[in-house]
Amino acid sequence: MAYSDKVIDHYTNPRNVGTLDKSNHKVGTGLVGAPECGDVMRLQIQVDDNNMITDAKFKTFGCGSAIASSSLATEWLKGKSIDDAMKIDNMDIVEELALPPVKIHCSVLAEDAIKAAINDYRVKNGMAPIESEKVHH
Amino acid sequence: MNLPIYLDNNATTPMDPRVLEAMLPYFTTKFGNAASRNHPFGWVAEEGVDYAREQVAKLIGANEKEIIFTSGATESDNLAIKGVFEMYKDKGNHIITTVTEHKAVLDACKHVEKLGGKVTYLPVKEDGILDLEVLEQAMTNDTILVSVMYGNNEIGVIQPIKEISAIAHKYGALFMTDAVQAVGKIPVDVNADGIDLLALSAHKIYGPKGVGALYVRRKGPRVKVTAQMDGGGHERGMRSGTLNVPGIVGLGKACELCGLEMESEAKRLSAMRDRLQESLTVLEESYVNGNVEHRLPHVANISFKYVEGEGLMMAMKDLAVSSGSACTSASLEPSYVLKSLGLSDDLAHSSIRFGLGRFSTDEEVDYAIEVTKKAVTHLRELSPLWEMFKEGIDLDSIEWAEH
Repeated sequence: MAYSDKVIDHYTNPRNVGTLDKSNHKVGTGLVGAPECGDVMRLQIQVDDNNMITDAKFKTFGCGSAIASSSLATEWLKGKSIDDAMKIDNMDIVEELALPPVKIHCSVLAEDAIKAAINDYRVKNGMAPIESEKVHH
Repeated sequence: MNLPIYLDNNATTPMDPRVLEAMLPYFTTKFGNAASRNHPFGWVAEEGVDYAREQVAKLIGANEKEIIFTSGATESDNLAIKGVFEMYKDKGNHIITTVTEHKAVLDACKHVEKLGGKVTYLPVKEDGILDLEVLEQAMTNDTILVSVMYGNNEIGVIQPIKEISAIAHKYGALFMTDAVQAVGKIPVDVNADGIDLLALSAHKIYGPKGVGALYVRRKGPRVKVTAQMDGGGHERGMRSGTLNVPGIVGLGKACELCGLEMESEAKRLSAMRDRLQESLTVLEESYVNGNVEHRLPHVANISFKYVEGEGLMMAMKDLAVSSGSACTSASLEPSYVLKSLGLSDDLAHSSIRFGLGRFSTDEEVDYAIEVTKKAVTHLRELSPLWEMFKEGIDLDSIEWAEH
């Protein structure tokens, strides 16, 4: 299976690899997936007082598409409000990276990681977590 | 050194130019049908087939009359298992095999179950080797066939074939082996090893794709299989269909070359493989899968913990290897062979199989070592699991969201 140029680009030059201090109350952390399934994503956001995401970092255990999906997610998150970030849809990632059907689960995982990070931030800051009602594609 | 480098010789091998040379006339001037008994075109083709039959037989210590040409090892496995079941089902309906067999054996056994047969799929020990006591306990008066592979395609582990065949025979069962990975790589002798049926393939031994053979014992005991392909009664009635003469000639030549070069080649490859393995297991948290003593000379299967195999292969640019990770498969299930060794799923996902071959060079191995080390290090920098491991967090203590 050939990878798209964008997957290769993100995989070869991953953006925003790293770790934020998860004990900081302005940092939201989402850890999704499982080692047994071959994919684990950790996505972190740094949020300012206006609920705007000022920084995002990731680390991912997984295939090239999983790494690219999380790298892309960090790019998209920076500069968004947490409300807008909540609207990122896995199919946007699929489209941007031209993921084949067998790799759609990588984009689902990235969306889950975004939502988990935002909810972690919300709970830490006295807001109710937002339950996702969406049925994944 | 040309890139990319091919280190996936358990999947298939490049054809040796000497094999191609032997085959070429049989595509053009010697094009006859080996079954045409009444003119020189047929005779020439038949001569080519007969010579190839001797070459194949010689490599495994058989008589040329015991070689049935097929389209490859998958067909040979199917013919052996289904053919033995159909032929001997009045004697008994039980077949024993192992969980680490190739899919061609496992799926043929599943087919037999649908026909009313009983199949026991024996587990293997942690090193991939079948426990002989477990085998003996599974034998019954109804057991007609024991099918255990010679060398494993994923981890290279070699089974104690002599001991296994002795147990099968003690209970009056036939012994069959899928020897695709072993023939031509290590000495295989159907008489010394007590083999009644043996499947082999040309494209794993530097021959062409689309041709293989099934050895069927003719004496002590005389073994028969029910044909699975009906037609002109070729191959002593066991496998109908016009013979693939160029392919068969290629298989013969490939066997001859392996016979001549196997001993020195096994030494060369195992030295290279050991060097590769030693250099890579220097990396923290890397593990060799399967028994390392009873192993084919050209294979090393290594798990690099906390990195995922498919992601790793992508970073091992210009290296053609394979992984037990099943990230591309719809089921997301990692290798059943590695799992049957008791490996946890995450270690199975983290495995890479290096398969050296006749055309592998020291220079290529040096390059592979460098690239693999860099790739593992790079991906661990990206891995949240590696970070947790380094912080001393027990990954088993985390409640993972299975997806």
